[in-house]
Amino acid sequence: MKKKVQGTVVIKADRCKGCSFCVDFCPTGALQLSDQYNAKGYRIPELFEPEKCTGCDLCGLYCPDFAIHGYIIKKVA
Amino acid sequence: MSEILLMKGNEALAEAALRAGCQGYFGYPITPQSEVLEYLSQHGEERRMTVLQAESELAAINMIYGAAGAGARVMTSSSSPGISLMQEGLSYIACAELPCLLVNINRGGPGLGTIQPSQGDYFQAVKGGGHGDYKLLVLAPATVQEMADMVFEGFDLADKYRNPVMILADGALGQMMEKVSFRDYDPSKRIEHPWATTGKNGREERNIITSLHIKSEQMEKINQHLQKKYCEMQEHEVRFQEVQTEDAEYLLVAYGLCARIAHKTVQLAREKGIKAGLLRPISLFPFPTNEIHKLAKKVNSVLTVEMNAGQMYEDVRLAVNGQVPVEFYGRMGGIIPSPEEVLERLEKMVAPQSVKMKEETV
Amino acid sequence: MSTNAGIEQELNINVEDMDIVYERPDTLTDTRMHYCPGCSHGVVHRILMEVVQELGIQDKTIGVAPVGCSVFAYSYLDIDMQEAAHGRASAAATGIKRVLPDRIVFSYQGDGDLAAIGTAETIHTANRGEKILVVFINNAIYGMTGGQMAPTTLDGMKTSTSPFGRNPDHVGHPLKITDLIAMLPGAYYVTRVAVNNPRNVRVAKKAITKSIQYQMDGKGLCFVEVVSNCPSGWKMTPVEANKWLEENMFPIYPLGDLKVPSDDK
Repeated sequence: MKKKVQGTVVIKADRCKGCSFCVDFCPTGALQLSDQYNAKGYRIPELFEPEKCTGCDLCGLYCPDFAIHGYIIKKVA
Repeated sequence: MSEILLMKGNEALAEAALRAGCQGYFGYPITPQSEVLEYLSQHGEERRMTVLQAESELAAINMIYGAAGAGARVMTSSSSPGISLMQEGLSYIACAELPCLLVNINRGGPGLGTIQPSQGDYFQAVKGGGHGDYKLLVLAPATVQEMADMVFEGFDLADKYRNPVMILADGALGQMMEKVSFRDYDPSKRIEHPWATTGKNGREERNIITSLHIKSEQMEKINQHLQKKYCEMQEHEVRFQEVQTEDAEYLLVAYGLCARIAHKTVQLAREKGIKAGLLRPISLFPFPTNEIHKLAKKVNSVLTVEMNAGQMYEDVRLAVNGQVPVEFYGRMGGIIPSPEEVLERLEKMVAPQSVKMKEETV
Repeated sequence: MSTNAGIEQELNINVEDMDIVYERPDTLTDTRMHYCPGCSHGVVHRILMEVVQELGIQDKTIGVAPVGCSVFAYSYLDIDMQEAAHGRASAAATGIKRVLPDRIVFSYQGDGDLAAIGTAETIHTANRGEKILVVFINNAIYGMTGGQMAPTTLDGMKTSTSPFGRNPDHVGHPLKITDLIAMLPGAYYVTRVAVNNPRNVRVAKKAITKSIQYQMDGKGLCFVEVVSNCPSGWKMTPVEANKWLEENMFPIYPLGDLKVPSDDK
């Protein structure tokens, strides 16, 4: 089954410091803080509603630690 | 050698800096060394030297940090209170291993003190001066000619060891006029400095100038490296002059202006039948410890003469290491001792009723 | 934990089918920054180095790091760097620029460094019109030493050395050093920006781009104050800190240009 999304994010959990700016700035509310913690004990975000992600990459453009990157999906099945 | 000129010590020093290819001078006016900044302000630009009057000695020494870090041959000069202000920057420069030349035209202290000549900054100059374990390579001229010569030598030593070099003179040497000639010197033969921050310019690795090594293990390594460097200086760069020490029974030890006075005392003493000799340390760090130690074996006692309360005296005592008595004669506050009063002190040592002069003067 | 592979699996698509929107510029090293979660330093480092990359000046740029949280800036910026003594970054930058006038030189300083211990150096560097860029991170607190009062700490603001709030009768009001700088003839371009949201990040980046272009054109001192947060020092979450910044810092440190070159007006 292929979901119909235009964009997505890749989260590099080991770089994340859990500041949650990506969640705060996401214009479509696609991100939220997950229940997972990375090795340093920071609570990492997750793409909680993937279909809402437009690949705008506001999260990636802002993240102080390069822990999240937005992608535009070229082919949507 | 070029023609013989009559110049002030400060001006000779400034002229030598221009001839040594100094690219940048950053300083702040203070008596009795302002002629250096004045001379360079007059002649620097036409001879391709950046000359900038900074807002303080703090700023000046940090401009030196930046410019030396960028690979330029740079210098600053000041007098005692100004050198005190520079100690922070010097500690950083020593740790970051930046070659530069600085000049202290020593005046009487402590505090604002006096503008008259003094040697009261000996400890500050040779023991580091700022925080942490570091050393400057310190050269002490006794003539205007040496004021000029040591500029060339100082720049080369700074490059060789990547270490700040200080010329420690005093107000009299800075102000007095004597004949001087300048050596032929080719600044283009300066050794490479691939470590400098000049912009990456195609380099794979970036260059970083820093004195910050937050991990203790790393900081200890840096310290060990610096100490090794200082040992190398001690081994290779000791400079001194001996006057009539071959048959001397009494050894005078004095540097800079005091060495000229002590030299005269040696002559006066010899006229009176006292076999005196003089050792003049030219490099104060590294100190001619071994040479003094050897000479001490041959003499009855040693007299240190300084324009302070007895600072080099401590290093002389360490060098003599208890072999013979070491006495001290000094004047302070900008007073220059006369050869006659030094002789008087020496005669007391020769006479059996020797008294502790240090107690008397301090 | 998500990875590229994870995403591929989860979304059932290939990475080849995806375009990354933005990547770390080559002018930043891959070293993880030591800054606290949500700290503005990371964002400012990034935009500074983006500009260096975009203008193609990595090979001729020399930066000077201060003492403060960004003391390790040279670990992250892939350019030649010097680490200066506390407050003296602009003096060191002066030394560099004076002997290498064709290089691009900037100092990067915090409020304690630039507006307390280094006030004299800052003012005189600006007054001489040194052709450098000064990036001033103002977060109204000493972050590195653990949250003490800064010269820019707001009236009534609690810090570890003003535990009852900054008392102007006792220590004076916050020092608006950027306003002072703007009054000096040597200052060419003076502006105050923030990086509290993506829009302001873009404005800040534009200011830095402009400043470096001015420097390349041989103009005078460019001074960019970045009104920044300090979630750890302020004892707030990063999101709360950015909100507090908007509500409390902006009224005292309003954003916008304080001095624009006359030919640009």
